[in-house]
Amino acid sequence: MSASVQPNQGIMDRIVYDDDVVKMFIYATIFWGAAAFIVGLLAALQLAFWPANLELEWLTFGRIRPLHTNAAIFAFGGNIIFAGMYHSTQRLLKTRNFSDILSRIHFWGWQLIIVGALITLPLGYTMSKEYAELEWPLDIAIALVWVIFAVNFFGTIAIRRVKHLYVAIWFYIATIITVALLHIVNSIEIPVALFKSYPVYAGVQDALVQWWYGHNAVAFFLTTPFLGLMYYYVPKAANRPIYSYKLSIIHFWSLVFIYIWAGPHHLLNTALPDWAQTVGMVFSLMLWAPSWGGMINGLLTLRGAWHKLRTDPIIKFLAVAVTFYGMSTFEGPLLSIKSVSSLAHYTDWIIGHVHGGTLGWNGFLTFGIIYYIVPKLWNTKMHSQKLMNWHFWIGFLGILLYYISMWASGITQGLMWQAIGENGQLVYPDFVETVMRIAPLYWVRFAGGSLFLIGFLMLIYNVWVTIKHAPKKETVSYVEVPPLKSDVTAIGTGHRKLEALSLIFTVILLISVLVGSVIEILPTLSIYKYLPSSEKTEPYTPLQLAGRDVYIKEGCYVCHSQMIRKLPFDVLRYGAASTIAESMYDRPFQWGSKRTGPDLARVGGKYPDMWHVRHMINPREITPNSIMPSYPWLAAKKIDYHILRKKFSVMKMLGVPYDDEQVADADIMAEQEAAIIYEELISQDKSLESIKDTELVALIAYLQSLGQRTTNEEVSQSNR
Amino acid sequence: MNIIFLTLGASIAMALVFLGAFIWATKKGQYDDLKTPGERMLLDDYEIKETKKDEKEE
Repeated sequence: MSASVQPNQGIMDRIVYDDDVVKMFIYATIFWGAAAFIVGLLAALQLAFWPANLELEWLTFGRIRPLHTNAAIFAFGGNIIFAGMYHSTQRLLKTRNFSDILSRIHFWGWQLIIVGALITLPLGYTMSKEYAELEWPLDIAIALVWVIFAVNFFGTIAIRRVKHLYVAIWFYIATIITVALLHIVNSIEIPVALFKSYPVYAGVQDALVQWWYGHNAVAFFLTTPFLGLMYYYVPKAANRPIYSYKLSIIHFWSLVFIYIWAGPHHLLNTALPDWAQTVGMVFSLMLWAPSWGGMINGLLTLRGAWHKLRTDPIIKFLAVAVTFYGMSTFEGPLLSIKSVSSLAHYTDWIIGHVHGGTLGWNGFLTFGIIYYIVPKLWNTKMHSQKLMNWHFWIGFLGILLYYISMWASGITQGLMWQAIGENGQLVYPDFVETVMRIAPLYWVRFAGGSLFLIGFLMLIYNVWVTIKHAPKKETVSYVEVPPLKSDVTAIGTGHRKLEALSLIFTVILLISVLVGSVIEILPTLSIYKYLPSSEKTEPYTPLQLAGRDVYIKEGCYVCHSQMIRKLPFDVLRYGAASTIAESMYDRPFQWGSKRTGPDLARVGGKYPDMWHVRHMINPREITPNSIMPSYPWLAAKKIDYHILRKKFSVMKMLGVPYDDEQVADADIMAEQEAAIIYEELISQDKSLESIKDTELVALIAYLQSLGQRTTNEEVSQSNR
Repeated sequence: MNIIFLTLGASIAMALVFLGAFIWATKKGQYDDLKTPGERMLLDDYEIKETKKDEKEE
């Protein structure tokens, strides 16, 4: 540290910035960006052509879709956030990062977590909570690295040489504090094995906590840090001050106070109590104003410099990114209106909406920042302006294809699901019929994604050549600032460090008080208190629970919901609306967020076991034109009976009414259940001998229990 | 819906933290000047040097 601040002739302090860590994060952004886009493309291809999973379980949609989202958000998005934060914060505060060592622990820790995700997600180790899929050891690692990052960042603020905190810094502060809280609260789980755990929340509680987290992962990981970057890099690249600094302050404070309440809009028309849904909807609508204020502020920064849109590819990327921010934040509140949600929810419209934000806003802002930052860091010019322009246009075309195809697909399918004829029956009762109608659009989306990737490959080449031809001599960036008044001789030593520690301590204390109070009220939050006594639900049997964990492992929730909404066309298609009691033992909840296939909340008892065997091994044998992947490996892998006792004991601890005997005999009971299903199957088809004790049997036991474990008469009648 | 107390509690606590930060920032004069910070951030340009020189900024 002390080496970075050198008194210069006793007049000015020379502060040398740590640009190495910024370079490291830039490399990581580019590397993981390529990985995230390629995995995304593979997932997109599988929806158009399912055998693209190469019939390998590790590459199947249910497992790589979470890999894609995690890589895109936390690896690609995360690394550019860190690069931009470390780069801009040092310059805005005119100080070197608090600690070089912490910066490096932060960097390598984060990359190791990404590698952990890359290994565990394809292997099927997942919490099945969207954007929070990673299992408990990685959750702990994330919390630790985040705290290190927080210490480093608040330390930097404490030793700053500029009194004023520019608005970008505020956005970074909100990001760091809020993400810490969201991650920890949503990840409270009890381990049963090295890579398996159950969340402490069940059913509707789990759903609410998850989407409180999930929405704010978008708000505080993909929005606030990127807005901070926007407020720094757009003025820098345009060489114009932000249109209105006052507006940027209003933008920040209103977002911070409103964003965190919008989560329930992910659960509209579900079993979540209506008033909670309405709260989510109202706050979502309120977000319209500050978001657009911020968008206009970013765009008008280009006033008097509009001609640069023609000539400067960096400005093109940044301006289009801000425009996409405006589009996404217009569309988001719109989709949060209950009636719009009834059409759009579970369809590709949501996928389109998300990618408008991620590809357009996060992606293009990132590309603009990379093109701005690389020449500065390596003391050179970008290799090719022409290639940057090509990247822009090809990427832009890719986004348009993606966005428009998903709009068309989502609205088409949503309307088909809703269509009720004059006879009061569904016009398209066969789900697969609605899938076939939109299948061609999956190819258009694949083409769009391919173009976006091709554009990115141009960036990789361009950046690679630029760095290769950069001046070889080591350079440093520095700034000269007046020495500290209080203690000129002891610059950068003890006293300032101590001051820094007190700020860091305050922030850590705040976070721990928050987390502590949350953990304290947890035990009082019993799910059973508010359930109607008239409606009972049976807990899962051991084999059903084993099957449920297979369902989670294969990522079935990625394409199948288990939540029949209180909407006539949902009820007509799937049966009585889902109730809170039905999912009261569901850890994690499996309500889902997308229906690439039909809802499964009441699939139990609908088809014979043999139907499920044939369907899982080859869905097309049962449903011609089905786009569901085949799952032959389920009929080969043996059930781990032994672990069921442990699983049952954890469930019992969490309040599921199992008695000690059930816990002690869970494995034996599961074997007996499996034997009954197996005997029945083998009596019909002698060739099925090999499926004895396999995961397929457990999965069937689970699927047959869906919608069948309740005493609610309305529900059980609708199941007949 | 007791879980709402958890998310409500956490969200309100978060809001209070930010309210405190807002009050702190206002009191410390962070928002006394809402014009020049936008312009000053453009002027912080550093120099990239291979060897030490004694040029000063501003």
